[in-house]
Amino acid sequence: MGNEKLIYLDNNSTTPTDPRVVEAMLPYFHEIPGNAASRNHPFGWKAEEAVDYARDQIAELIGVDSKEIIFTSGATESDNLAIKGVFEMYARKGNHIITAKTEHKAVLDACKKVEKMGGEVTYLDVQRDGLVDLEALENAITDKTILVSIMWANNETGVIQPMKEIGEICAKHGVLFMSDATQAVGKIPVNPKEVGVHLMAFTGHKMYGPKGVGALFVNRKNPRVKVTAQMDGGGHERGMRSGTLNVPGIVGLGKAAELARKEMAQDAERLSKLRDKLEHTLVERLEESYVNGNIEHRMPHVTNISFKHVEGEGLMMTFNQNIAVSSGSACTSASLEPSYVLIALGLGDDLAHSSIRFSLGRFTTEEEIDYAIDALVKGVNHMRDLSPIWEMYKEGVDLDSVVWAEH
Amino acid sequence: MAYSEKVLEHFKNPKNVGTLDKSKKNVGTGLVGAPECGDVMRLQIEVDDNSGVITDAKFKTFGCGSAIASSSLATEWLKGKSLDDAMAIDNMTIVEELALPPVKIHCSVLAEDAIKSAIKDYKTKNADVPAETKA
Repeated sequence: MGNEKLIYLDNNSTTPTDPRVVEAMLPYFHEIPGNAASRNHPFGWKAEEAVDYARDQIAELIGVDSKEIIFTSGATESDNLAIKGVFEMYARKGNHIITAKTEHKAVLDACKKVEKMGGEVTYLDVQRDGLVDLEALENAITDKTILVSIMWANNETGVIQPMKEIGEICAKHGVLFMSDATQAVGKIPVNPKEVGVHLMAFTGHKMYGPKGVGALFVNRKNPRVKVTAQMDGGGHERGMRSGTLNVPGIVGLGKAAELARKEMAQDAERLSKLRDKLEHTLVERLEESYVNGNIEHRMPHVTNISFKHVEGEGLMMTFNQNIAVSSGSACTSASLEPSYVLIALGLGDDLAHSSIRFSLGRFTTEEEIDYAIDALVKGVNHMRDLSPIWEMYKEGVDLDSVVWAEH
Repeated sequence: MAYSEKVLEHFKNPKNVGTLDKSKKNVGTGLVGAPECGDVMRLQIEVDDNSGVITDAKFKTFGCGSAIASSSLATEWLKGKSLDDAMAIDNMTIVEELALPPVKIHCSVLAEDAIKSAIKDYKTKNADVPAETKA
């Protein structure tokens, strides 16, 4: 075949930095190298100007005031700052946090830390389609609840939560609403104030910006929200996050935000067509294929599909020399556990092991999708030829009734 | 995690993929693992009743590249061996041959289990046949 094409369909893992973003960042390494906190000379002033401009670009993308943007090293830090920062700041109000089992580890592990610090955390189950049960959420709220943390869009399935409804519940009970919006910002319209989100985490490298820089939106008026700094030393970012600002990174994040604001709608339209082509064709051509997660409330560029009786890592090996995707299989995780998100959706371990996540991006072409479709069909069929459980299924054996000799 | 050349080779060109007729008395079938674990191996042997030597072996595996390579390698090694020699196959020799990293050692263990399970099945099916049969 001799096809050296390298196709990247793993944009939910990270995105390539847009060349226009790289170009915007470059001067800030050597020509304009100042520390944005240096108040007394043009080097500092120029750096500060660039940071302020980036703040405006980002604020414009999400419809907030630039004073409400705090720069961090990425969404993981922003999630930690929001959760631990609220827990510490509002300790006198209460100690209970509500979140969901499908959140990113940055949220779940921060919550576990809060539990060690004496906090109480409720980890809500989700429904089969990945959506939070609003009634269960409201019932979990107590007079000690200080924060609800629900991600805007899920990284594995692309499922988008009912943010407006959750915001209404939180407003009704006077509870702060925080969202890890890493997978949504810059890809779909995200406006925290419109839905009642008070804190919001996101990062550059999921929206064609650089790695190593992110932000936390912190609402300033009605209500005025504050977080206790987790990084002390100098009082930067209104005392909420100390540390010299990553000027080139911030400039990049700003540029990425501006490009996203301008191009998001057409990217989403183009990508949802390609995603649908990929998804529909695969499900049509391969029997026993299942799409995971709510397909109506979903990011336009993501599809997570389980190919029954085929293991994910093995399947990826049939094409991973030139196509990059992710899998929910235990074999692909460091912990040897299958995807906890898919398990929370009630998939069952075997379908979790058989899942592949395709996340398209700005640089994905239709030609690449066509190539990927063919490679996947070949790969799944090849793996099914090797699979004893596919053979058993074809013979009409009820696999659920088999007593497996586990080791 | 990079795969060794040998794992890639077995994955691209697996040896002895297929199915033997398990209704035949001289075929032993081992089925180990579970779909929930992400690993299922079915390994079959065909044994010459007179010599007690494995004349054919076939496998099918639901699992990752290392699992497929381990079971493919196992069928290669089984052909031509006596049942006793086959029972002695140790998973660590599979690990060494395929250069499996620590996180994939369990794939070789499953392959060893599959071998033993196939032999056990053959022996159970042939328990009524005395060790030495003179026609």
